[in-house]
Amino acid sequence: MNPSELLSVQSLNVSFGASTVVEELCFSVEQGKTLAIVGESGSGKSVTSLAIMRLVEHMNGSINSGKILYRHGEKEIDLAALDDKAMRKVRGKEIAMIFQEPMTSLNPVFAIGDQIVEILTLHEGLSRSAARKEAQRLLDLVRLPDAKELLDRYPHQLSGGMRQRVMIAMALACRPKLLIADEPTTALDVTIQAQILSIIADLQRELGMAVVFITHDMGVVAEVADDVVVMNKGKKVEQAPVADLFANPQKAYTRALLSAVPKLGSMAGQDLPRREPLTVIKDNQPQEVGVSRALDTARYEEAPLISIRNLVTRFDIRKGLFGGVTHRVHAVEQVTLDIFPGETLALVGESGSGKSTIGRTIQQLQDPTSGEVIFKGKPLAAMSKAEKMQLRQKVQYIFQDPFASLDPRKTVGFSVAEPITTHGLLDNRAAIDRRVAELLERVGLSSEHAERYPHEFSGGQRQRICIARALASNPELIIADEALSALDVSIQAQIIDLFMELQEERNLAYLFISHDMAVVERMSHRVAVLYLGQIVEKGSRRAVFETPTHSYTKRLLSAVPVADPGARRKRILLTGDIASPVRAVGNEPAIVSLNEHAPGHFVAEEAAKSINHQGEHHA
Amino acid sequence: MAKFIFYRILQAIFVVFAVTLTVSFAIRLTGDPAIMLSQGAGSITEADLERIREALGLNRPFLVQYWDFVSGVFVGDFGRSFMGGTSVGALIARALPATLMLALVSLFLSIVISIPLGITAAVSRGKWADQAIRILSLVGLSFPNFWLAIMLVLVFSITFRLLPPSGMEGPISFIMPAATMAIILTATNVRLVRTTMLETLRSQYVMVARAKGLSETKVLYKHALRNCAIPLVTYFGLQFGGLLGGIVVIERVFNWPGLGTLAFEAVAARDYPVLQAVITVLSLLIVSINLLVDIAYGLLDPRIRTE
Repeated sequence: MNPSELLSVQSLNVSFGASTVVEELCFSVEQGKTLAIVGESGSGKSVTSLAIMRLVEHMNGSINSGKILYRHGEKEIDLAALDDKAMRKVRGKEIAMIFQEPMTSLNPVFAIGDQIVEILTLHEGLSRSAARKEAQRLLDLVRLPDAKELLDRYPHQLSGGMRQRVMIAMALACRPKLLIADEPTTALDVTIQAQILSIIADLQRELGMAVVFITHDMGVVAEVADDVVVMNKGKKVEQAPVADLFANPQKAYTRALLSAVPKLGSMAGQDLPRREPLTVIKDNQPQEVGVSRALDTARYEEAPLISIRNLVTRFDIRKGLFGGVTHRVHAVEQVTLDIFPGETLALVGESGSGKSTIGRTIQQLQDPTSGEVIFKGKPLAAMSKAEKMQLRQKVQYIFQDPFASLDPRKTVGFSVAEPITTHGLLDNRAAIDRRVAELLERVGLSSEHAERYPHEFSGGQRQRICIARALASNPELIIADEALSALDVSIQAQIIDLFMELQEERNLAYLFISHDMAVVERMSHRVAVLYLGQIVEKGSRRAVFETPTHSYTKRLLSAVPVADPGARRKRILLTGDIASPVRAVGNEPAIVSLNEHAPGHFVAEEAAKSINHQGEHHA
Repeated sequence: MAKFIFYRILQAIFVVFAVTLTVSFAIRLTGDPAIMLSQGAGSITEADLERIREALGLNRPFLVQYWDFVSGVFVGDFGRSFMGGTSVGALIARALPATLMLALVSLFLSIVISIPLGITAAVSRGKWADQAIRILSLVGLSFPNFWLAIMLVLVFSITFRLLPPSGMEGPISFIMPAATMAIILTATNVRLVRTTMLETLRSQYVMVARAKGLSETKVLYKHALRNCAIPLVTYFGLQFGGLLGGIVVIERVFNWPGLGTLAFEAVAARDYPVLQAVITVLSLLIVSINLLVDIAYGLLDPRIRTE
């Protein structure tokens, strides 16, 4: 082991039962540096981190061979050969770990303070009162306000971003030499992600700690890493310093992966979304397939397909015994929008911005509190049952989670045929089967797949099935609610292309609901930015992305990590949390008014100080 | 929380009323105590029967009798038994502790055994320890409780003469009845603990607890078990109610001087006051246990406590 190395993984093999999930993996981590391990689902990156912690054994996995050398003072210890008792002295003390899901990482039944105190009394031998004092200092360190009061709070009282900061405080409690962060920001909004990344970077510098950063997000890699290991199907593809990897990837897989990553700013100077060729690996060489063509499908000269006028959706929160309404979630407040035939309108915003509620209201999954939804000139409220049914046929919904949105007990063919039978579009069995086969082939699957069940398909394939199902009723509008968020980037690129191809072919309109600004930039004709249920900026994609005008839009765009290590930039950082749409009854939010900043580009008026955030500073 | 408890108490009072009303009404459909009382007394005329009914107050309208009973309960007077005129209150005071003690000992025994067994099964899922525990629990489930009780008596009292076959005299007499019930309870409890534990062990925070370097004992018995507490306490609470009902058979077999025996004899004799009182006390007990379970939720889970 090189003296500058803290950890050296040598020929590591990990398996679960008969299947090998990590194969002959070698890499090393320099002291005080950040190594990113990047890969798609099934690449073995998380298993690698659990193997270093020797936690794979608790998941019925086993380390079959190889060494995990760790530098402990003068000595080198092989973690793979350590017994459980010795390993427990390493876990939490020498090597600490933070996990992906901040909502479930903290034990819900213990106070935050107690959970931090526990690790301090275990490894540092502190008394309870000394440990409590130290816990408070740690919470200050991760920039949580009111640390003293937080000690006695429980996890459910904190937001996801705050919980992840508590996790970091807990992980850093014993000043570990190595921090393993397994997708620590994947479940968080971009502005909160930016906060967490900056906290980890600052503390890493302060404590001189090395970090192994596991992620699927090339943007985050470019932002944080010194060195990068690319993994695929359990094996290392390549390892390189971050700048080299992005500038000059050696392996076909890396090149394909990098080209699939949507990069914010890549559409600069173009008015319309564009289909771009996909990079696929053929004969071990990356090859480009597909067309490059601008998508001039939107027909703004026609009447809007769907109009929303002053839409308000609120949810009552009943607290207490007799169910008095004390608070309301102001999910959507006075939203007015038009969706034109053949256009992709993107709704962007962070959690709680109300973007999904708007989609659900159009699909009649949710009743509005007030306001109108107008389909082809006729308000929803004035529609007969049959007309409402027809609206359901013409508007289809694709959900985020392709695993949960198909009935596991029904064949794929049944699910795809269901809209056809429900709306009585075809009446004989043979015609329906033919149509299902056609649809499956249209989305890149084969007609034999109709006989199979959802569990036989991967996430990307299931999302294709959901698209086929949505197409089955000949819709004019498809609402895609975070439909790409659960997919790996290479699959995501394919589905984006499929969406665009279908738009060209059928003149579909999309309401594209997403938190991913780079994907939105690739796909949309127009964009509406939502903040706390209100539109703060809307206009053509080019106007919103190239001349963002509202401070929230600017902040949102600046928080997006860009997959280019040369472009690490200063960004506007939030110190506070995302504001909550929950308000006491009677405390109505102020309705912002939109001004036409440039033709078709509307921006909300802003008060002198920034809206509702606890403040901001420039990092 | 205070408001919540107040509401639950109101609910409990309503439940007790409903139960006693149903029981008082139903028991009067099962037969005439005057005939039971006069059995073996030679020739009885309708006038004699009428006199007995009048003496017992049975000739009054049902609602009057019910009101009489309920108003008595409020001042702690359960009336007198039709058989020999003993105070029902005194009968209950003697039988209730016997039943309660037996039920509590059985439940306690079962919990103490099933938690470690269930956790062990969950942790070693699919391995031999898990298989063995599951087979054992299935065997335990398959025994009818009266058969098990008789077998224990045969082996330990008749063959080896180690334990008293019946009655409640000192701690030693608890062993067989409590063991009988505990075996049956444990069989289901082990499975419940195993299932809830498996669920909890999949949680991220269990992995986090291990990543802190805590020992397996701490991870399982502190971090995981506390999170299993809600379903377990709910089930144990419900089980205690069922236990009080099921105890009748065991009390008969071991001649245990508890509520079960008392109720059994009262049914046979159409002794309305005793039966009414036993059912009222049992329903009060079950309702208050459920109330305690609800309060325990708040203590166990901060998400409920702080709402």
